[in-house]
Amino acid sequence: MKADPKGVLTGEHYLDGDYACAEGAMAAGCRFVAGYPITPSTEVVERMALRFPFMGGVFIQMEDEMASMNAILGGAWGGKKTMTVTSGPGFSLMMENLGLGVMMEVPCVLVNVQRGGPSTGLPTMVGQADMMQARWGSHGDYEIIALSPASPQEAFEYTIEAFNLSETYRVPVLLMMDECVGHMTEKVVIPTADKIDLVPRKLTKLPPEKYLPYKTDSSMVPEMIVAGEGYKIHTTGLTHDERGYPVMTPECQEKLVRRLVDKIRKNAEKIIHIEETQIQGADVVVMAYGITSRVAQPAIDRARKEGMKVGQIKLITVWPFPEKRVAELSKKIKAWVVPEINYGQVSLEVERCAGGKARTILVPHGGGWVHDPDNIYKAIKEAVK
Amino acid sequence: MEQIVHEEHPMESYLRMDRIPHIWCPTCGIGTTVSCFISALKKYEQRSLEKVAIVSGIGCTGRVAGYVKLDSFHTTHGRAIPFATGLKLANPDLKVIVFSGDGDLISIGGNHFIHAARRNMDITVICINNFIYAMTGGQVAPTTPLTALASTSPHGNFEQPFSLPQLAASCGAVYVARWTALHIRRMTNAFLEALNKRGFSFVEIITPCSTLYGRRNRLGTGLDLMKFYYDNSEIQHGADIRSLDIEFQKKIIIGKFIDRERPTFIDSMNTHLKGKYGDKYEWYGEKIPEVPVKAAG
Amino acid sequence: MKFWRKPLDLDQVHIPRGEVHIIVERCKGCGFCAEYCPKGVLEMSNDFNAKGYHPPYVKVQQECVNCDLCERICPEFAIFCIAVNGD
Repeated sequence: MKADPKGVLTGEHYLDGDYACAEGAMAAGCRFVAGYPITPSTEVVERMALRFPFMGGVFIQMEDEMASMNAILGGAWGGKKTMTVTSGPGFSLMMENLGLGVMMEVPCVLVNVQRGGPSTGLPTMVGQADMMQARWGSHGDYEIIALSPASPQEAFEYTIEAFNLSETYRVPVLLMMDECVGHMTEKVVIPTADKIDLVPRKLTKLPPEKYLPYKTDSSMVPEMIVAGEGYKIHTTGLTHDERGYPVMTPECQEKLVRRLVDKIRKNAEKIIHIEETQIQGADVVVMAYGITSRVAQPAIDRARKEGMKVGQIKLITVWPFPEKRVAELSKKIKAWVVPEINYGQVSLEVERCAGGKARTILVPHGGGWVHDPDNIYKAIKEAVK
Repeated sequence: MEQIVHEEHPMESYLRMDRIPHIWCPTCGIGTTVSCFISALKKYEQRSLEKVAIVSGIGCTGRVAGYVKLDSFHTTHGRAIPFATGLKLANPDLKVIVFSGDGDLISIGGNHFIHAARRNMDITVICINNFIYAMTGGQVAPTTPLTALASTSPHGNFEQPFSLPQLAASCGAVYVARWTALHIRRMTNAFLEALNKRGFSFVEIITPCSTLYGRRNRLGTGLDLMKFYYDNSEIQHGADIRSLDIEFQKKIIIGKFIDRERPTFIDSMNTHLKGKYGDKYEWYGEKIPEVPVKAAG
Repeated sequence: MKFWRKPLDLDQVHIPRGEVHIIVERCKGCGFCAEYCPKGVLEMSNDFNAKGYHPPYVKVQQECVNCDLCERICPEFAIFCIAVNGD
């Protein structure tokens, strides 16, 4: 299905990442946003508050982040595409109800414009230290999808991709931006509405007597309904069976939670989106995401000029992590260089998947600013030895 | 003794019969409240039942959503009201009811409660007040009267409890009433009035909890508590909202306290933006109410 | 029905009559219906249902006026009245 032209600001614009994300959401058909202001994400909701009234959307500033997360879950059941926006401290608050979204299988998008942490940290400065929290933040077993844009243009495009993934897999999708991308102003080209492809919500065509809210076919994704259409469904955060009724037995737990995890894990290859450059014959591969993938570029170019064989992988989906590809490449290369604005998060995944076949060299940065490309160059040089 | 053959109970079409019998204890007042709620739903005519959704939190009362045959949502602890807010704003045609307990709505959900009332969200909140956190074993609640015993106040509660009607009224609720599980007909009427009311309507129902509140405080069974309500509740419609505190095993003042008009959140949003942008803004949700509402500001 | 004086419109006012149905197996023996029936129709029995509770029984069937109090006050949806005599 194509985008609704009312929400698409076609043209060439000079926008910052936060505004581009808002434009992406509106282009994707998002029409209900509940948020709580937190630097550096506030601009996203400010833009939506400004533009929503003219396209039939509703923005409400809720009283806190927990309310925001729950409001978007309710809004999704009400039939709209929904989104909320936050940063580190708010992300922590939303964790319990992110779990509710996973358990109830609600399609929605949660944007985290990362900042320096922990706790209040560096509210106006960049960080990338929520990446593991994105995967493991809520309690219990679950799998989540997380995307990481590296420019305002990507913020626009990957917000749309986030909505599409959330509708395809009926799971909340995280958009892990960082403050640098969020507050960076660059050219953003927004196409016409007919060039934007959207995934519509998979609503059931069965009559109410035959419909079971959590019965699935081989896709492992159940069909959804809109509240108020006469289906009179029940859904709960408790472990439930196909009818949506709570059934608290180990068998039901196994059946349900395994499906919730498998629906992402078994479809990982379709979800994973990475960009590989010059991997063939490389000795060292630099893996980065978000703003760091751009900061690493001068270091990589310099290393290549000096004759080093450096490949690069830019992660667009950070979760699910490209485990198979990393394991496969680890047999052929000497080392991974993982620069990230944290003290080692995605690098732990790389190390795990490398299985000892290649070294993993972390180039950490506490946050507050981006890396000095020199440090990344030094790490690459070290790796090539 | 007469042995009557089982026929269908008149409320069965409103219940998820595959889940009856429910989990509530013998002599619990929640079943009575749900029964009156269903009686009110039968008389509710503003919308078809398809358009009615019910949201509950966690706790004994939180299980209500699971037994009523409507679009029902059993959410996390304290978050029924924001969930209901999202549901209503995304789909304004729905009638959204929040049916939850005192601990769920007022303690962890307190922040959401006061803001939804302030905004005058068009939802109906039914709060079952049994003065305790029953499901988890009888812990003290923000409504537990002074000196009452609970598992986390084993020496007696020394914290001043909330007066729920006062809280709701001061935050801006447009309909505030309190009844007990004994007052079944007035409770049903209150539910119907609350459902028909536009805006944040709040009904508090004092119910017996025999297994936790009753047992810990040696108050007997639910029937003994009902007899207590019979002897000690006093109807004072329109009573001063500041006089409604409940002391341990003392008089309970019940009745309808607030019934006023205020524009709802959606009304205010529409009136304000329409006034400012004219034709550029399309009215959101239900058609323009016939009773003119005073614009915000 | 006993009157202390005969109402002037006794022949015009029709007192409804009801028939009580008890779903014995659902009852949890709380006693609300028997306690609050305004006509004293019900009493808690000494019998047991399958779960071990004492359900009520209809003691005085002809007194029931189909007021629905028992139906509404029962927490278990275990009792209801239906009208008789074409009410």
